[in-house]
Amino acid sequence: MAHSDHTTRRTFLGIAGSAAVLGAVPVVIVRPAEASPAMLSAAIRNIVGEANVRTGKVKLDIPPLVENGNTVPMTVSVASPMTAEDYVKSIHVFNEKNPQPNIGNFYLGPRAGRAQVSTRIRLADSQKVTAIARLSDDTFWSATADVVVTLAACTEEAI
Amino acid sequence: MKLFGCIAILTALAGAALATEIPQGEHRSGASFMGPDTRAMQDDDTANPGMLWVLDGETLWTRKAGTADKACADCHSDARVSMRGVAAHYPAFDKTLGRPVDLEGRINLCRSNHQQATPLRYESRELLALTAYVAEQSRGMPIEAGHDPDLAPFVAKGHELFTQRQGQLNLACANCHDDNWDKKLAGAPITQGQPTGYPLYRLEWQSLGSLQRRLRACITGIRAQAYDFGSPELVELEAYLMSRARGMKIETPAVRP
Amino acid sequence: MPSALINVPAKAKRGDIIEIKTLMSHIMETGYRHTASGDVVPRDIITSFTCRFNGAEIFRADLYPAIAANPFLTFFTTVTESGKFEFEWIGDKGFSETASASITVE
Repeated sequence: MAHSDHTTRRTFLGIAGSAAVLGAVPVVIVRPAEASPAMLSAAIRNIVGEANVRTGKVKLDIPPLVENGNTVPMTVSVASPMTAEDYVKSIHVFNEKNPQPNIGNFYLGPRAGRAQVSTRIRLADSQKVTAIARLSDDTFWSATADVVVTLAACTEEAI
Repeated sequence: MKLFGCIAILTALAGAALATEIPQGEHRSGASFMGPDTRAMQDDDTANPGMLWVLDGETLWTRKAGTADKACADCHSDARVSMRGVAAHYPAFDKTLGRPVDLEGRINLCRSNHQQATPLRYESRELLALTAYVAEQSRGMPIEAGHDPDLAPFVAKGHELFTQRQGQLNLACANCHDDNWDKKLAGAPITQGQPTGYPLYRLEWQSLGSLQRRLRACITGIRAQAYDFGSPELVELEAYLMSRARGMKIETPAVRP
Repeated sequence: MPSALINVPAKAKRGDIIEIKTLMSHIMETGYRHTASGDVVPRDIITSFTCRFNGAEIFRADLYPAIAANPFLTFFTTVTESGKFEFEWIGDKGFSETASASITVE
């Protein structure tokens, strides 16, 4: 009897919570499996192949402490003259712990004038973010930043 | 773990001295509690995602709707002129209904009475877009809601709700937002709960949302049963909050964490 | 009715490096969330963004679920002549949107 009461109450709370916003699809947040270090290195290998990735040339601007992991501003810039002979071909951004290791690939060329892209990303938890640039001579350069994600004190349980 | 921490802190707060109203000179927008990145997102119209809804609202303003086949613009012409300052006076007392209506309620009354169209659903993209577009016309203007003497009893009810303890955590809005706004809760700043930027883009929501949505989230947060969208209680709370924020500048569409 | 906000200077001098900012309405549903009944909410994201100037590609991006809702992208280009920037967003469920902006080079 006590057991069945308990079940009923849990069900009720579940429904009450999911009805928080009228008409919206009720969604519960279930923390998905995290990307593993193996997945991260596989994703990086997929881009760089067997090439050596060196630290330097790349600047990764991302707040060290973010107020909400849903929308984290990020800017990647690469020290490059951006001439026809010496330019950045692409910039690739990865993370350590989101469900997937990839964040985005950005393809540019010498006419960009400045090797810099900005976007806003999601970080499911505090973790490392790595940006890798491929230069016109097919060398790879990288920068890594640690980001601490704080969570809202009173999160809503459903959208 | 996190939940227990939250409850422990809230319970500690509940023991604090109760409900002293914030002096006029100490009023602070939620924006002043945010980090520089979130503030930058709000301040740059080309980076503020709330502007996407404003843009949609601008389109909807001139779109004909309902059996009357009228657009907002057919009666109100250019919103940049006709809607300037309007949001600063909402919620406003509706003489026909004998009760206050908020901006969303006013838009829906216009739809049913003048456009002969079905009211837009709360939190629908269309209602948020139109509300944001109308409110954005008052950006930078001081809030003047609550002057109307007809509104006074409803503002008083809203104040009562604001200071009334409720829910499993037995907390009133005032316990956090009047008495402890200069402190933190689980690492996040407690704000004064000033409704200066609604509808606003909340990073938590990844969307624009109304003041009623925010109030319902807060009420759920103290483990109380949230009032329905459009309920008199929520409009009274809105009326109190806007009159409490009198003189503060409208920021719609604001960005908040 | 997905709307986009594009920010490109209307005028520039030949050889100037200009910043282009784009903001697109999109939920960017990750495919990692579940409904209360346990069903996966299907992935619905923008997967690709391209910017062309007078027909030639100048910037392209592959986007993943880790890009925030309402994708915001900014990048740079060197102005060579007057013309038209064309922007294209492609994604899941047949999502395909375009926008354009013109620039006059003095």
